[in-house]
Amino acid sequence: MIFAPATETVSWGRVTRPLQEVATPAFPDEVAPALAARGEGTVLPVGLRRSYGDSNLNSGGRLIDLSRMTRMIAFDPASGVLRADAGVSLGEVLRLVVPRGWFLSTTPGSRFVTLGGAVANDVHGKNHHRVGTFSRSVRRIGLLRSDRGLCEIGPDDPTGLFAATVGGLGLTGIITFVELQLVRIATSQLDVERIPFTSTREFFTLARESTAGHEHTVAWIDCVTKGAPGRGIFQRANWSAAGPLVAHRDRALATLPIDAPGFALNALTVGLFNALYYRLQAAGARYQVQHYAPFFYPLDSLRQWNRLYGRRGFYQYQCVIPPAAAEPAIEALVQAIVSSGAGSFLAVIKTFGAEPSCGVLSFPREGATLALDFANRGQPTLDLLARLDAIVAEAGGALYPAKDGRMPAQMFRASYPNVDKFTPYIDPAISSDFWRRVQL
Amino acid sequence: MSGKDSAERVIILGALSAIGEASARLFAASGARLVIAGRDATRLEQVRDDLKVRGAGEVICWPVDFTAVADPHVDLARMAEALGGPVDAVLMFYGVLGDQTRAQGDIAHLRTILSVNFSSAAEWAEASAGLLERQNHGALVVVTSVAGDRGRQSNYLYGAAKGGLSILVEGLAHRLAPGKARAVAVKLGFVDTPMTAHIKKGGPLWSTPDMVGQQIVAIARKPGRPVVYAPWFWWGIMSIIRAVPSVIFHKTKL
Repeated sequence: MIFAPATETVSWGRVTRPLQEVATPAFPDEVAPALAARGEGTVLPVGLRRSYGDSNLNSGGRLIDLSRMTRMIAFDPASGVLRADAGVSLGEVLRLVVPRGWFLSTTPGSRFVTLGGAVANDVHGKNHHRVGTFSRSVRRIGLLRSDRGLCEIGPDDPTGLFAATVGGLGLTGIITFVELQLVRIATSQLDVERIPFTSTREFFTLARESTAGHEHTVAWIDCVTKGAPGRGIFQRANWSAAGPLVAHRDRALATLPIDAPGFALNALTVGLFNALYYRLQAAGARYQVQHYAPFFYPLDSLRQWNRLYGRRGFYQYQCVIPPAAAEPAIEALVQAIVSSGAGSFLAVIKTFGAEPSCGVLSFPREGATLALDFANRGQPTLDLLARLDAIVAEAGGALYPAKDGRMPAQMFRASYPNVDKFTPYIDPAISSDFWRRVQL
Repeated sequence: MSGKDSAERVIILGALSAIGEASARLFAASGARLVIAGRDATRLEQVRDDLKVRGAGEVICWPVDFTAVADPHVDLARMAEALGGPVDAVLMFYGVLGDQTRAQGDIAHLRTILSVNFSSAAEWAEASAGLLERQNHGALVVVTSVAGDRGRQSNYLYGAAKGGLSILVEGLAHRLAPGKARAVAVKLGFVDTPMTAHIKKGGPLWSTPDMVGQQIVAIARKPGRPVVYAPWFWWGIMSIIRAVPSVIFHKTKL
């Protein structure tokens, strides 16, 4: 019995909870049989289910969960090349390689993301302006397709399959292993500077000033407080020159075992933010030497933090706006969110660099990106997001499929005008709720 | 003292089980030398590659069908010899949950449940105890189950096999007590592994292979009481289950 009986399955946003039959192969030789046993419908490979919307759901079909395939295959501590099963999480990679003086070239905001998921969403981090996306460190992947069997491909693949798989949301086949080039670090600590700002214009100035001298930049921005829109805290950091090499530990500070009541989140975070903001205002910029875990993964220490949004779940909205239109569009987005009163407090804003990705559906491109959560209040939330879409579309921007659970087909096409170059590479046995939703 | 001399020497019987592999990884992280035994040679090689990356000093793959050997004493002696020194721990993880309803109608399946989980496991446990006794050193840790605490209509064949195995290991612990070798039966509750993939999960009673693996490795390094529950709260739950009078218990479908 390869597929377990149907159980309620959720993505990170917890908005929809379809019943799904899930296969969980534990060994590589179980993956092809799971694909073959899919029956009449389609399957979808998934990892640790951190995508927020419906790109990791396949209602009416089945899921193949690769998150139990967690074996390391080979690691050369001299050259920093690691090959591992696609189900290995970024956190596990770091626990292995940090003590030997290596790190991922870039990391997203959670370490609970599989290598396969990192490739399939072409994830990015706070150092995008220096190194581009995750796929730039990928040397090779194993890909299993229903029509071609298993193949190994890399960035030099002339057929275009690798470029389609990067950011391809699992639709081009099941990624079985990933081989990465890691980067050297002298210590597991960063020199972090925090600077308060009072407007989006100030943010952009800080961003421009910071990119040359700082590898990692990001900012929290207030999308809730009326009368102070666009204030925030800018963070910029470099790896320290010297210090200990200590991997993070996996003990969570806390976990949320149940859904919190819906009103919990904003009250909590507004208070914390205000405390830090006003302390920074009084003291000027603040310097700190910080371990990489709280800098890169602030939310990971509260497991299941998504439950703070309660039973109805939430939508994540992340867009990117090209440089020419970035300042006014971000200003307009923040204004729209603040006046709606619907924004959550934890909004993140960052500028992307011009480093290109080979991924056909890769999200990051030069400009500014804004990401935040919206508690699911039904139609009013969807209406607001549609208004935000209009601002983004007019500015020539794009939305991020890994975060999306509702963008209409036209918005997807506007975000990815060369999607027709992607479609021929889709595995006929694979589909997802997201993909079906964005078809015209 | 070279690293090799201070590294633990560990034999893992059933290294392809989720809990077995999780435990092996913990030993690997401290540079242990391991014999990993299981049925599938290719899968053993994949596990070996993983353990070597994670820091194992040496990993010897040992493909074997535990139910089909002539005499486990011979195999264990060879494994110990391959490790080149006194064995610090022998851990037994292999087993098959089986399908109770199917076994009631299919004698071959019934025999499989009993032979894998009891007869063969008992022989290997006995042989391991003999090895450790001769060395006067080392711990035998055998994974059994809370299912062995009370015969229940939903899984009494599996329960009987694991229950019998717990008693056998308890006896081995008594036998080894005068010397320095030890034996422990670790009774597990609900663990999220491929063995339980078909069972609906959720709730605080479910453990992960990593969680129980940590407890098992800690016990192997510092063995104490001969029969323990992992996690500890199963002791309380099973005390209650055992205490329920049959008049009431028989009305349930447990």
